[in-house]
Amino acid sequence: MRPRPIAGILLRQFYLIRGSPVRALPMFAWVAIDIVVWGFITRYLNSMSAGKFNYVPSLLGAVLMWDFFTRIMQGVSTAFLEDVWSRNFLNLFATPLTLSEYITGLVVTSIGTSAVGLVVMLALAMAVFGLSFFALGALLVPFLLVLFCFGIALGILASALVLRLGPASEWLVWPLPALLSPFVGVFYPLSTLPRWMRAIGHALPPTYVFQGMRAVLAHRPFSPGSLALGGAIALLDIILAGYFFARVFRHAVRTGLLARYSAESTA
Amino acid sequence: MTDSDTRASPAADVVLSVTELCKHYPGILAVDRVSFEVRRREVVGLLGPNGAGKTTTINMILGVLSPSTGSVRIAGIDLARQRARALAQANFSAVYATLPGNLTVAQNLNFFGLVYGVPGLRARVAAVLEEFDLQHLRNTKCGVLSSGEQTRVALAKAVLNHPRLLLLDEPTASLDPAAARTIRARIRGLAAHSECGILWTSHNMYEVEEVCDRVLFLSRGRILLEGDPRTLPRAHGVPTLEELFIRLAREPLADALERAG
Repeated sequence: MRPRPIAGILLRQFYLIRGSPVRALPMFAWVAIDIVVWGFITRYLNSMSAGKFNYVPSLLGAVLMWDFFTRIMQGVSTAFLEDVWSRNFLNLFATPLTLSEYITGLVVTSIGTSAVGLVVMLALAMAVFGLSFFALGALLVPFLLVLFCFGIALGILASALVLRLGPASEWLVWPLPALLSPFVGVFYPLSTLPRWMRAIGHALPPTYVFQGMRAVLAHRPFSPGSLALGGAIALLDIILAGYFFARVFRHAVRTGLLARYSAESTA
Repeated sequence: MTDSDTRASPAADVVLSVTELCKHYPGILAVDRVSFEVRRREVVGLLGPNGAGKTTTINMILGVLSPSTGSVRIAGIDLARQRARALAQANFSAVYATLPGNLTVAQNLNFFGLVYGVPGLRARVAAVLEEFDLQHLRNTKCGVLSSGEQTRVALAKAVLNHPRLLLLDEPTASLDPAAARTIRARIRGLAAHSECGILWTSHNMYEVEEVCDRVLFLSRGRILLEGDPRTLPRAHGVPTLEELFIRLAREPLADALERAG
């Protein structure tokens, strides 16, 4: 993998974001609104519980981590969609750029854009609503890493779906995190769910993060092995998503879909 | 001896070698056993009616469409085996592949320069901006440029990496006659003074006669004729290249193949 083509993909996204407030704003606006809304909800819940339980770390912390995951996933897919919107596939894939360089460029872009969102969320949640991750300590890092890896995997999968199904399928991309959220127990323990939903939840890495976070905050035993399993599943998901993207790309090159992408199908 | 004969040179001078290229779609044979070469400093015209298989052939050479059978070698490098290395030796401009309109001229050139791995990129971008008279547009978004300006930007991108093979799919299609003449002169100059070979498609036979050293007539996915655009019409009993084009485009394939010998 060569660094210059990857830098090219990153530079293009930088140009787009720098030149367009409508691209810069979503990097932090929606997550900031989420933190504010959930911040006040936790305040209200805290006042109702009369100090018996602090909802800030469990609820607001969960919102922050879920939004971080969503931003990572959307960072990858939005960078990909820029090439869909500007009908750039022919220009892009007739170059020496390899698929791994392209996907790495999307991932690096996502790291940059989601880091902005994370900083804004942390600043708001800590300064305004008193969120502290001290209780999680160093575990915050692996928690975020697992979410990061799964966000990357889901972003690559979403991009592959759009490449396979055509430009109009972008509406499939946006609700993907919301579709998964009931299964991973962002706000409730997995035991709340019926058996079939729990089975799906166990296959999703964020489940292990939120289960682990709640265990630590409630001073219950935390299983590092369980989090490691979540991390391993997330890494496997990245490999599978990359493989799926490559398969879809090869199909698009074989059928002519890549050259006539705006037609959505070559049938 | 024709002009193209004088340019014939050893295999090392072949910048594009297409061998027995076929593309099947369900129920359609879009490209049928097409073979040809383009040599250094040669401009080869790929002619044919709409749907003849020209763009399909170009897409296969660009690696965005895989052939059903056959091979493409760019500067001696097999595209199927070493895609990135082969495509680093090529570039293209096509009327249907405009550069992203939401980036400025300079931003597009910087972006594609990095993707193509162009060394000394800043100086190279400055050079192509000057070469194609684009300095005053460097900070203008490509989406607001006129057709002629967009064509110049696309050509600037196409020569950015000093390609050994340049593919130009109807590069003057949307230009007024004066702008088209300027572009033709630039491309002719490029072929004469650089190391690249050019594969050019156009429906303008006057332009083809002016620019191309050699032409290939493609119809229903097959090459029917090949030769010097200035001598081919008389050799086939018609006064102009346009007449020859129309005749070949209208004839049933079997008759055309028989006539072509």
